[in-house]
Amino acid sequence: MSSAIPFSAQLINLFAAVILLLAFAMLAQRRVVALINLFAMQGLTLCLSTLVVAVSTGQSHLYYSAGLTLLLKVLLLPWILHRLVRKLNVKSEVEALINIPTTMLVGLVLVMIAFNVALPISELSHTITRGTLGIALAVVMLAFLMMITRQKAITQVVGFLSMENGLFLAATSATYGMPMVVELGIALDVLVGVIILGVFFFQIRDQFDSLDIHHMERLKDN
Amino acid sequence: MTSLLPIDTLLIAACAWLAIGLLGLVAPRNTRFISKTLFPLGAMIGALVGSVALGSLGGPAQTAVLAIGLPDLPFHLRLDNLSAVFAMLLGFVSVGISVFAAGYFRKGEGTAPGLLCLEYHVFLASMLMVLLADDAYAFMVAWETMALSSFFLVTTDHRHEEIRRAGFLYLLIAHVGAIAILLCFGVMTGGAGDYSFAGMRAQQLSPFWASAAYLLALAGFGAKAGLVPLHVWLPEAHPAAPSPVSAMMSGVMLKTAIYGLLRVSFDLLHTTLWWWGVVALVVGLVTALFGVLYSTVQNDMKRLLAYSSIENIGLIAVGIGLTLIFHAYRMEALAALAMTAVLYHCLAHSAFKSLLFLCTGSVLHATRERSLGKLGGLIHRMPWVAWLALAGVIASAGLPPLSGFVSEWLLLQSFLFSPGLPHPWLNMVVPVAAALVVFVAALAGFAMVKFYGIIFLGQMREPGLKDAHDAGPWEKFGLVWLTLITLLLGILPSTVILRIDAATRQLLGTGLADKLHEHGWWMLAPISPERASYEPVIFLVTIAATLLLGRWLVRRLYHGRVRRTSAWDCGYYFQGPRAQDTAEGFSQPIRRIFEPMFRMERHFPTARDAAPYYSVKVEDHFWYWLYLPVARAAGWVSTLVVTLQGGRIAVYLMYSFITLLVLLLVARP
Repeated sequence: MSSAIPFSAQLINLFAAVILLLAFAMLAQRRVVALINLFAMQGLTLCLSTLVVAVSTGQSHLYYSAGLTLLLKVLLLPWILHRLVRKLNVKSEVEALINIPTTMLVGLVLVMIAFNVALPISELSHTITRGTLGIALAVVMLAFLMMITRQKAITQVVGFLSMENGLFLAATSATYGMPMVVELGIALDVLVGVIILGVFFFQIRDQFDSLDIHHMERLKDN
Repeated sequence: MTSLLPIDTLLIAACAWLAIGLLGLVAPRNTRFISKTLFPLGAMIGALVGSVALGSLGGPAQTAVLAIGLPDLPFHLRLDNLSAVFAMLLGFVSVGISVFAAGYFRKGEGTAPGLLCLEYHVFLASMLMVLLADDAYAFMVAWETMALSSFFLVTTDHRHEEIRRAGFLYLLIAHVGAIAILLCFGVMTGGAGDYSFAGMRAQQLSPFWASAAYLLALAGFGAKAGLVPLHVWLPEAHPAAPSPVSAMMSGVMLKTAIYGLLRVSFDLLHTTLWWWGVVALVVGLVTALFGVLYSTVQNDMKRLLAYSSIENIGLIAVGIGLTLIFHAYRMEALAALAMTAVLYHCLAHSAFKSLLFLCTGSVLHATRERSLGKLGGLIHRMPWVAWLALAGVIASAGLPPLSGFVSEWLLLQSFLFSPGLPHPWLNMVVPVAAALVVFVAALAGFAMVKFYGIIFLGQMREPGLKDAHDAGPWEKFGLVWLTLITLLLGILPSTVILRIDAATRQLLGTGLADKLHEHGWWMLAPISPERASYEPVIFLVTIAATLLLGRWLVRRLYHGRVRRTSAWDCGYYFQGPRAQDTAEGFSQPIRRIFEPMFRMERHFPTARDAAPYYSVKVEDHFWYWLYLPVARAAGWVSTLVVTLQGGRIAVYLMYSFITLLVLLLVARP
């Protein structure tokens, strides 16, 4: 059975599994610096997986995608985030709204849902990467879960970026990546988004003396 | 060089109105320049619009395509007989109002005069564009411009809380109506995506969709015209606005809504079902009854007139309903009679109601008082205004020989033919409606007696009224102009009907012209002279002769001296102007007879009161039965929705997440 799967596909599946594992690791990680490192590793794995797809299918534009991922998600964004953490002096541990074991259990359920939902879609697809679609969806959901359960604004940004990783993986696995224009656009959006959010962090800290988002509950009407 | 077509002239006139408005912005605080130069200029353009429209009546329809508009969606314009009738109305009535406004707007009252000038002339130009529009897009742009400019005119005195509230209510209902009109146009395109009126005419709609379009049009245009239950903005907005603006809104703007209703139900829709007419008839009757009953019990002169406008719009809707019924049974001659009554009442009402609103403006300026209870005896101080208002009052009460009588008479004449309808149930119901129309006309007379008697006759109720001054020359000219229109419409009905017959002919395929040609200009016999005829000139001459003869006889046979002495005082030692019948007292019988129709808050004095007083406040049932429940429901839904906004980002993210999950699970292939 396993011999039917070509080596490249096995490699892609491996990388996808690593990405999912890293998503769980991020969900469990309490320290901000380690979280950013995990995000960088996820980006690296994504880059490698894209490279493998590119080599095995000969889709040349995927090389650019892989390069873009490497540049943006492995080098630039982690560097910006690290700088922010140092400047904002966020040392304390990440406080979660729900405790970590419960989060992990919810995450497991989400992965099951994701696989269940992705199954009929991947049957329609004819790419060699179609098996990873479920994983991609699971990564998106786990990242979303991380955004919901974390208190610090900076971890929410990491969650957001991780979600983008999941979307990228989904795009690669379902249709060998989005058109280059779209990918470039998204990359630019993410970059600009992070920079703007960085500015906001300073504003939020100046305003509330903390990066804890529950201080912002006061901002609602009446 | 080709000669200038009427439609081009009208377009130039609209542009000129806009230009005058913009000129007002050059020197926004220069009251003299604006009121004595720009407003008279606007009046001249109004005269031009009226004459061009009058001249184009009976001619073929003209179309034009403007370069402006969205890309690939230019404005289509068309001048046909129906638009010409209403453009004529707009032009001629605006002359009187603009000249009056030249004398009315003074320094330091609310909005800067320049801004007012801009809003006023944009209002005029947008109404003209509404009449000329030949696609839904141009129509809606003009319609909304009209609503917005009139909103700003209503809130001229925006420093008062209740005026801002009135403006908001007006804008709200105008938008509800605009949505209905937009949906109506959407239905009439039939999904073809061609939003020009020509495209809509070409559509063959199923009875269901045609009915949907008709009902939407009735709701949408009814909101603008003030049909019950969407009338509540009218009695609020009219007293809030400056008098020339009230006159313009009541006299002309309400008629653009009637125009829209006629355009949709007779021109754009082909099928006509008989129950459409019944709906319009019933809504119109309820509106007319409601309007007239409430107008009799008002104590604010402008509110009284506003409710009277509701009543007149109701009568017009009754006429439209009757036309639709006859039209549905292909009884085109009778439909033409009812349609003539509708158009004639539009013309008549726009002249006499503007006249009356302008008179209240003069009274307001002279006395700074709007409440009827503090006026009285003004005929001694303001003879011009009083005598000109008398013409408006007679027309409004539907008495011969002025304009109101002609249209109401025509309407009742068309009712008299309803037994010929091939439908037993309608045969029974329609005569009841005719009786109600007569009843409305009688009550309208009551309201007008109250309006005129309390303001102008009797003795002055307040000492301050002695300083009241008559209207200035500009104001007098405006009033005289509108009085002349009322008089002309009253004594030359055949001549006028021969002109507006072109519009009836265009909508129904037949008119009254042939029958009128057989008789002379002095006689109005819509069906045949044996059946019914009306000779206004003979009537006028008889009345005038009787009056003069009576006066002469009294002077001659009696001693001719007039002696002033105190009346029998019933044993009361105090007898002053305060002992006169008050506005509240005058309408007390109506309030008592129709008690369930009103929502009243009364305070009666008792024997133990140190400072006894009587007060009555009449309010609208619809406000409590319809509007407040809707407002409360909206508030309740809002409080439910606002709990969703907890302020926690985690919760907000959760909403998106749960939505995503649900969509993923529900939308599985």
